[in-house]
Amino acid sequence: MNIRAQVSSVFHLDKCIGCHTCSIACKNQWTDRKGAEYMWWNNVETKPGTGYPTKWEDQEQYKGGWEMQGETLQLKIGGRGSTLGKIFHNPSLPTMDDYYEPFTFRYDDLTSAPAGKDQPTARPVSMVTGKPMKIEAGPNWDDDLSGSNIYAANDPGVVKLTDEEQRQLFAIEKMVFFHMPRICNHCLNAGCVAGCPSGAIYKRGEDGIVLINQDKCRGWRMCVSACPYKKTYYGWTTGKSEKCILCYPRQEAGQAPACFHSCVGRIRYLGVLLYDADRIESVAKQDDKDLAAAQRDIILDPFDPQVIEDAKKSGVAAQVIKAAQKSPVYKFVKEWGIALPLHPEFRTLPMLFYVPPLLPVMSMDNQGKQKMADDFFTTLEQARLPMQYLAGLFAGGNEEEVKAVYRKLIAVRIQRRSVTVGDLPAAEVSKACSVAKLSTEAVDAVYRMTTLTRIKERIVVPPMLREEAIEAGMDPHQHRQEMGFGSRRAPKRRW
Amino acid sequence: MTDMILFGVFPYVAVALMIGVGIYRYTVDRYSWSSQSSQFLESRVLFWGSVPWHYAILVILLAHFLAFLVPSAWGVVLGNPLRLYLLEVTGLALGISTLIAVFLLIFRRINNARVSAVTTVIDWLVLVALLLQVATGVYIAFTLRWGSVWYLHTATPWLWSLIKLDPQVHYLAAMPMVVKLHTFNAFMIIALFPFSRLVHVVSVPLTYLSRPYQLVVWYRERRAD
Repeated sequence: MNIRAQVSSVFHLDKCIGCHTCSIACKNQWTDRKGAEYMWWNNVETKPGTGYPTKWEDQEQYKGGWEMQGETLQLKIGGRGSTLGKIFHNPSLPTMDDYYEPFTFRYDDLTSAPAGKDQPTARPVSMVTGKPMKIEAGPNWDDDLSGSNIYAANDPGVVKLTDEEQRQLFAIEKMVFFHMPRICNHCLNAGCVAGCPSGAIYKRGEDGIVLINQDKCRGWRMCVSACPYKKTYYGWTTGKSEKCILCYPRQEAGQAPACFHSCVGRIRYLGVLLYDADRIESVAKQDDKDLAAAQRDIILDPFDPQVIEDAKKSGVAAQVIKAAQKSPVYKFVKEWGIALPLHPEFRTLPMLFYVPPLLPVMSMDNQGKQKMADDFFTTLEQARLPMQYLAGLFAGGNEEEVKAVYRKLIAVRIQRRSVTVGDLPAAEVSKACSVAKLSTEAVDAVYRMTTLTRIKERIVVPPMLREEAIEAGMDPHQHRQEMGFGSRRAPKRRW
Repeated sequence: MTDMILFGVFPYVAVALMIGVGIYRYTVDRYSWSSQSSQFLESRVLFWGSVPWHYAILVILLAHFLAFLVPSAWGVVLGNPLRLYLLEVTGLALGISTLIAVFLLIFRRINNARVSAVTTVIDWLVLVALLLQVATGVYIAFTLRWGSVWYLHTATPWLWSLIKLDPQVHYLAAMPMVVKLHTFNAFMIIALFPFSRLVHVVSVPLTYLSRPYQLVVWYRERRAD
């Protein structure tokens, strides 16, 4: 056993209102500079939809993640030799057009234009070339446009559905969508780490945050291809790749990451998970349909005395184990089993989990009258969003995984209906719970965690123990009167 | 006197700059050490420029180095007329590839608005120097045939004399103008190396072939509490 701690998160999609506040909080803090304008370390997508960068889920095009080559696990971009062979031109690298060309407007023209017959306008200009441009894409270009046959119909997950399912999805007045915020998943079997020729990308041992050493990065751009979620970005001014850092400077000060802290819908939960690092490879080699379950299986019970002892032996600090016991992520993923990884079939073992959205799926059959448990469960098969689509997103195509989650979410809803309105017989409620395999106490706990908790319970930042870090051995006066964190130089080339 | 400065002094200056400034930049400003790829901004033309450029120039450079490092073995290889002929033709073909490739790369920098927006003065210096180098190289291969042989009796002893700190510029003094230009420009590129994106040449990530896929870095010592 080689037990490690991982700062992981849960996004509760039923609660996401698609306001993009998280994206803005992140942008203002980390990517508000030349060359990084197009990067959205946090972005919010409309699903079904093509996302950002366009069709990022289509790994036939982008070659992200891993695949099984016989018995061995290999990056989809190719073996090591072949990756080095493609270093002069990476055939599966997305270009700026796959994201969007960043733009601004000539606001100056509004006030400085000479008097004339026409109203002055602020023309859009490219933030790359400075020349006027036609805006044809943006970071959330298909925002709220699900059901459109220009955008949603091209969603790689939709393309895989049967004709009948697609008709169902795009039927007028039955159209449905949900928002899906995405950040770096800080994977256990990260594609970006494995693909970096320079070895510049690494996982922090203590908390599992994946970072790019900017001094070691040489701009070979393989991480951009190798990450199936397209969450590493090439800085076209600096020649360095960058990615979400899970706001580690904030976490080291005990604060929530900016996107978590600013989340209006309070959909985001953060906490430590303990896992067995020796089993990463064997989990990543499972069949597509078993991956979600296998990934749940690698996560260990922080209350188990044997796990605690082994964790201490592996060097996990006692304070971190204590934080793991308070982790809301552990509850969502393991205890209640209502959060699933995004696209586990990419085999990177992403450590960001999603509670799939119930509302748009079920509300069609839920209008007018509250259904009994029996009805409710049968309608799951006729849900507005095809189960196969959701299974393709969150369970490697395994519908049973998604249905199991929905049964639980429905049980919570039925019990709350019974408590607050009181029009459901007790037998219905207990039946819903037993079908969902969730105890009444657990249903209450899910309800409480979803609706009533405050930030300290939703976001349990583990102690990062900077006082024990390597820097503690350095001269404390060494960096006195310096500028502190961050890049101290303008983001432009000096050589 | 000019020959002495160009071929007896300048090579030392160029190599000193490469090593001195290179080490300075690597230690003080490692963040700037990058290939500065512009593929993200323009990918299609880059493929036809970058791929033939890199592969062809690597083989050509290798030939130049082998003829300088192991001249006797090189001479044996060329002893057979057929082999000599094959080598000359291959070299010429590769040279023409690099010439076309560098033209494409220059065209791309001018023609594509995004790429030209990220192009700096030093990028242009490098591109012009590289163009001059491959153009004179191809011209020499055409007009002064069997260069793979006469290189052994001119450039090789001159380079060795430089290493022995006893520059024998007479090896080059008698050479045609275009050869002198090719030689001088080679050291010009070496001088440009530490100031430009050329630094990526020494960052060939061969360790990737043997390192473990996943890297974990601990920022404090691992110990059992």
